[in-house]
Amino acid sequence: MTVIGGGGGGTSSPQPYGGGGRSTNLGDILERVLDKGLVIAGDIQVNLLDIELLTIKLRLVIASLETAKAVGIDWWESDPWLTSKARAPEVDSSRAELELENRRLRERLAALEARAEELEPEPAEIVDEEDRD
Amino acid sequence: MTDTTGIWMYAVTDGTLVGHETEGTSGVAGEQVRTVQEGGLTAVVGTVPLDDFGEAALARNLEDLDWLERVARAHDSVVAGVARHVSVVPLRLATVCLDDERVRALLTEHREQFSSALALVTGRTEWGVKAFADRKALTAAVAEAQTEGAGSGTGTAYLLRRRAQLAAQESVERDAAARAAEIHERLLRVSAAGRRGAPTDPALSGSHEWMLLNGTYLVDDDRTDEFRSEVEELASMYTGIRLETSGPWPPYSFAGAERISP
Repeated sequence: MTVIGGGGGGTSSPQPYGGGGRSTNLGDILERVLDKGLVIAGDIQVNLLDIELLTIKLRLVIASLETAKAVGIDWWESDPWLTSKARAPEVDSSRAELELENRRLRERLAALEARAEELEPEPAEIVDEEDRD
Repeated sequence: MTDTTGIWMYAVTDGTLVGHETEGTSGVAGEQVRTVQEGGLTAVVGTVPLDDFGEAALARNLEDLDWLERVARAHDSVVAGVARHVSVVPLRLATVCLDDERVRALLTEHREQFSSALALVTGRTEWGVKAFADRKALTAAVAEAQTEGAGSGTGTAYLLRRRAQLAAQESVERDAAARAAEIHERLLRVSAAGRRGAPTDPALSGSHEWMLLNGTYLVDDDRTDEFRSEVEELASMYTGIRLETSGPWPPYSFAGAERISP
């Protein structure tokens, strides 16, 4: 229907690398600098999968997994990044665990969002983006 | 004091950097960005304090969304700055070595990996395309498509329309998935490579719309216009689906060859 430049990161004119600008969508950047980029082992070892922020993201994807699966969207099954944690062999016990986890993450998310809203006068990207559309 | 600093790595290139590309660019710790060379490869790096970028400090700081945002933007800004001048392989956030010697060792150790990644991304640029759907509009569009030519005014036409509406509600997710797959498929045809990512966490994207596609494409620089018009065309093809483009990006999503999947 419409094409718009994404979250500011996209400019509709071929302007070289808007990257890094304040207006570029934080999610777009994080998705790339955390999940992508060439991975080589430096001397300082950080397991990015242990970051709670990422875990939240991962879990939110999983939360909608069953719905999506029902309609045949199952591409992540072959995505090594997602399946490394997504695979839970014991379905029965993991369901209760997932529900618990889900509730916990919702609370965390709410806390995060509340924190982001406190950041005045320059609102965090999250708040910023919510006003869009 | 050398044991209190580390070397943060931004990107690797085999292009010729004359120095001015990183001049005045400040990195994740506000440091002056510089280069380390070894065997024809150049690493773009910065010296950072381990107090903030050591193992324990990183684990703690990365949980802080404000800190993470600042560092992620700075990292991206340096990578993008260099990418304006030469082809680069961006490194994932938080690749830290203890000294320049170790950076050289990594350049040597991973030479093949860097070379094949550089071969893939040279002369190409990454673009993001996301598809969002408005469930209501999409359902209506699906229903309309199914009753096209059924006329109007007659009782039969009404019943046909009504039935199509109900069917559309049931099939809208399936239809949306099919359309997303088709959009991805068609964009792949005008790209050198492409991959579908997980839908962005609404907490990060700030959008509550229904994300159908989170695609990223490596496009030949001389096919940029072709890619753009394909996006335009796809966007006008489907009522109820909105396409959002982002970029140009340094080739983050195509830096690790093993991660590329159609």
